Parts: sequence; structure tokens; C-alpha cells
Amino acid sequence: MAGSHVYTDYHPRWLRRQVSTYWWLEKWAYFAFILREMTCLFVAWFVVYLLLMFGAVAGGADRYQQFLAWSASPWVLTLNAASFLFMIYHAITFFVAAPQALVVHVGRRPVPARLVLVGHYLGWAAASTLVAWLLLRPS
Amino acid sequence: MSDRITLQVARYRPEQESEITFDEHDVPCLKDWVVLDGLNHIKDRIDGTLSYRWSCRMGICGSCGMTVNGEPKLTCATFLSDYAPGPVRVEPLRNFPVIRDLIVDIGDFMRKLVRVKPWIVRQVEKPLTEGEYLQTPDELDEYKQYSLCINCMLCYAACPIYGLDSKFIGPAAIALAQRYNFDNRDQGAADRMTVLSEHEGIWGCTFVGECTKVCPKHVDPAGAIQRYKLTAAMESMKSFFLPRGT
Repeated sequence: MAGSHVYTDYHPRWLRRQVSTYWWLEKWAYFAFILREMTCLFVAWFVVYLLLMFGAVAGGADRYQQFLAWSASPWVLTLNAASFLFMIYHAITFFVAAPQALVVHVGRRPVPARLVLVGHYLGWAAASTLVAWLLLRPS
Repeated sequence: MSDRITLQVARYRPEQESEITFDEHDVPCLKDWVVLDGLNHIKDRIDGTLSYRWSCRMGICGSCGMTVNGEPKLTCATFLSDYAPGPVRVEPLRNFPVIRDLIVDIGDFMRKLVRVKPWIVRQVEKPLTEGEYLQTPDELDEYKQYSLCINCMLCYAACPIYGLDSKFIGPAAIALAQRYNFDNRDQGAADRMTVLSEHEGIWGCTFVGECTKVCPKHVDPAGAIQRYKLTAAMESMKSFFLPRGT
């Protein structure tokens, strides 16, 4: 819809349709895209939450206990649960998109997209296992 | 299954209307009839003033792209029976100015396409006596997928980014640029990067991904754009860390 169209007697009034403000509600795929973009807000929240936790740990035992009590409040729990779900959505949509952007070659042969996808999930599982082991191992 | 189906066809006659209106026509719903057959039936037997583009009737020319029940489709490859019992709503492609009825102006795309130089660029041509530029099947496979684009504009119609920002170069133009970037006979990648790396180039794309879903030739323009983002980012890093080149 560039503004450089030349109007002539034969094309007196081309119809230029405006995109609705609510275009993202017209199709599930568009809505899913907007949800995916919104996940960045929750990623940002988790970064802030992590920084707050670092600050509490650095502030000593009392401050850390206050942080834990604050974290147990219903609104923080709800926010963190929602953020967790959005983070999973973020990861899944990222993994689904990855094979399209990442065309890996072994020798001259491209690696099938399915394998690239599986590789991402395996990496995710490995990283989650490592974190779980670090958190749950007996001290 | 009924042997007839209702087509709701968008009409825009600029000499008498300022908005799209819809005409309804009952057309035969034969097993092998596509939406384009229904439109041809209307044009031939009911209303000869209906205007739309078509040519090959076999998904090659890319002329008959329209919006069918809200989805961008090649009308020559969209069966009426899939929409039974109907109605089937046929509108012009979205995101383009409508010239008349189902005909849109794709001049914006044509101007952008030229900017990405969708042809083989050679810095130095080798003499004819040295023969053809031969390619292996693997080298052909690198770009073959992108060479299947038929410029049908379904990807532009499906792309909300293009609808919101008409400066965005768009999916097909970038996929066609990649078709030549991945061709080992081509030496024009640096020329194309100037255009593709603009904000309105690859970085305009937010990866909605609908361009790939609607592509009738499975070109995967969204993939082409994301791959070029990776290339452009790597080139940017290289020029930052190795300003004098390798």
C-alpha cells in the first residue's frame, strides 16, 4: 500500500482498506503470535525476580526470609505460575521456529528439521535435569 | 452433497461505489470444480462485469490469488466441495489496494522485488568458451525450494506486518533474494544485503509465520527471512570484530 500509486482516469479510486486495530483477534494464528510476543514481559519479570532474589541473598538471612515470605504471597505465586506457563510457551514456540532459521549441514547434507527440533528438546531436558540435580541433591 | 453452492463475491466498482459490496450467486458444486470455476461460471453465464485475474488454471502463474472464506488461496487450487454446503465468500487479497472487484494492485511488490535483484549477479562473466555454469544436485537443492515462488502474493496477504507497515519488503521478495543468495553461481549477496538489512527488510519481520502456512508452493518465506537474519547478524558481528576483514 505504498503511496506512490498513479491515479488515472481508468483507475479513479483504488480502495485502500485499513487493517483493523483488532487484527490479532481475527485468526487463532495471529492471536498465538501476539501471545508469543507477550511472553517477553514474563521473561523480563523472571529476570527482575531473580535480581530481587540475589539482592535478598546478599542482604543476609533476615532479608532472605522476608523475600521468601513475600514470594509466598498469593499474587506473587499467581504471577510466577503464569510466568512459568508463558515461559514454557515461549520455549516451545522458539523450538518450533528454530529449524526454520537454523539449517544445519553435516558435510554437504542438511540435517532434517525434525532432528534440529529434537536436538533443542534434548538440550532443554539436559539443562532442566542439571538444574534439578543442583537444587535437589543432598547437601 | 448439494449440487449447488452459494458464492458471495466481493464487488468494488470505483465509478459507483466507495466500499466493497457482495453479490450472491448459486453456482454448480461439481466434485472437480474449484473456486475459479465458480467465478468463471458467474462471468460467463450470470454477470459478465465481474472482474478478476486468472490465467493458467493449474497453480503455476500465481494470478488467481484471492481471499476465500478469510484465507488467502489460489482459487484454481481451492475446491468448492471443500466448502460445502457453503456459502463461500470470495474477496480480493488483503493488504493491497483494490482496483476493481477482485483485482488488486501489486505494483508495490513489483517495485520492491527489483530492489533485491532477483537474478544471477556476476562480478565477472566467464567466457562462453568455458561452457555453462554447472551445478551438482546438492548445489541445486540449496535454493530450489525458494525458486518455486510464483509471486501469487498470498504471503503478503497473510502477513499482518505488511498490512500494518507497507514499507516492509515482505516475504516473497526476501525469499526470492535468498533464492539467488543460495545459488553458487551468484555473486550478488553483498548487493542484496544493503537492501535486506534495512529495518524494512528482514528486521521488519516478527515471524508470525503465516506466509509459510499459506504458500501454495511450500516455499517457506518465513524460514528464508529467519535464515537471512542469522546471516546478517553473523556479518554484522564479523564487521565489528574484524573491521579490516579476515
